[in-house]
Amino acid sequence: MSLSADSGQAIVLTLQLAAITTLILLLLATPIAWWLARTSSRWRGVIIALITLPLVLPPTVLGFYILLSLGPDGWIGNLTQSLGIGLLSFSFTGLVIGSVIFSLPFAVYPILYAFEMLGRRPLEVAATLRANPLDAFFSVALPLAKPGLLTAAVLTFAHTVGEFGVVLMIGGDIPGETRVVATQLFGYVEAMEYEAAHRLAALMVAFSFVMLIALTRLRKRAGAALP
Amino acid sequence: MALVRIAALVLVAALTSTPSVAGEVHVAVAANFAAPMRSLVSEFERESGHRALVSLGATGQLAAQIRQGAPFGVLLAADATTPSKLASDGYALAATQRTYAVGRLVLWSRDAHYVDTQGDVLRRRDFRRLAIANPKLAPYGAAATQTLSALGLREKLRSKTVEGANINQAFQFVASGNAELGFVAMSQVMQEGRLQRGSAWIVPANLHEPIRQDVILLAKGQENPAAIALLRYLDSRAARDIIRRYGYELP
Repeated sequence: MSLSADSGQAIVLTLQLAAITTLILLLLATPIAWWLARTSSRWRGVIIALITLPLVLPPTVLGFYILLSLGPDGWIGNLTQSLGIGLLSFSFTGLVIGSVIFSLPFAVYPILYAFEMLGRRPLEVAATLRANPLDAFFSVALPLAKPGLLTAAVLTFAHTVGEFGVVLMIGGDIPGETRVVATQLFGYVEAMEYEAAHRLAALMVAFSFVMLIALTRLRKRAGAALP
Repeated sequence: MALVRIAALVLVAALTSTPSVAGEVHVAVAANFAAPMRSLVSEFERESGHRALVSLGATGQLAAQIRQGAPFGVLLAADATTPSKLASDGYALAATQRTYAVGRLVLWSRDAHYVDTQGDVLRRRDFRRLAIANPKLAPYGAAATQTLSALGLREKLRSKTVEGANINQAFQFVASGNAELGFVAMSQVMQEGRLQRGSAWIVPANLHEPIRQDVILLAKGQENPAAIALLRYLDSRAARDIIRRYGYELP
């Protein structure tokens, strides 16, 4: 089973996109989840709703609005232009921004869930042992929430690999820059090149399957069953 | 009480629905023809008493659905090859295929004065992005690359070209300002022969193959009077006037 050069390029690009998105989202979602798990602010509900929104909108519609935001009239476009970066639509960086928005709920929810399961007790104990809050967070809360972080990482990675509608709208299908596996696959199917499509689809399914199995194993080892 | 209300509703529905002599046809329509189709259907229904139920989609998707037994009686495709293929595979009647609209390609920008009336802006190459529809998937995309080749600019502009999955996406790239200009369908930017917004160059028809959109009677519609009536209606002067008003030409 051999893949075309186009498919190979798309696979490399997809893995890069998924890895970068996962890294950014872990750094972004952990403090958000921590705050959400402990706050009693009246904004909590609003913030949770905002984070969940990407789940509600159809991806092409979400992509359409991200495209508008990245454009010369949009707020992201305004910002990047005033910073001298120019417009980010049809670029790899633009895809990363889109993916981070698109996968945000998949990163926040598992971590939030893990922090909530933790309760206040371990941190209170840490405080009595004179750990300052930052210490307690890094040496108590974070290790205990490891299964949640792991789940968030795998879900974000897998979700980004499977991302399609958003990429289609903001990518412009440029080989080596924004043409990922999902859009390459779509192109094959639409052009009725079923042979190439089957190969790429089979690989994608096998990959996802292995990833999800690995998740179950990792979580078992981390001492938790799948929710 | 509830039962009485339901009975009343059923009665009203029975009395107000179209008489049983009128038929019904499911029509598969290429998405780029959505707006004119709405006008055509309301005229057709008023004139004939038949009902036409429109399903929109990409031509390739509609063809796949037809092959898998979708209940469509008529297909209005965005190209001429899909109807021919369906006919040669026995899903449609070859003798009924004809061109119902010819698309015109336009180089368009949402900014006034950006595109000159000769398309020289392409040669200056001082823009960031040129949007086109995917040339492998969309007839307007193929026409756009043929035009660029005819102008000798295909290779020179390759790094600036972004592709939308279909002509609607190419239009959105330009309308949102993410691409300064792009090749779009005349029907997207002009109505009654007037440009709605921005600036445009109507690409001379000799720079690309004609963008023929063909209609065909499908196997499932061959004994449906409503399907046959719709096909006949599309040939009428009234229908052709509507199609022209929306920025298409006719053979």
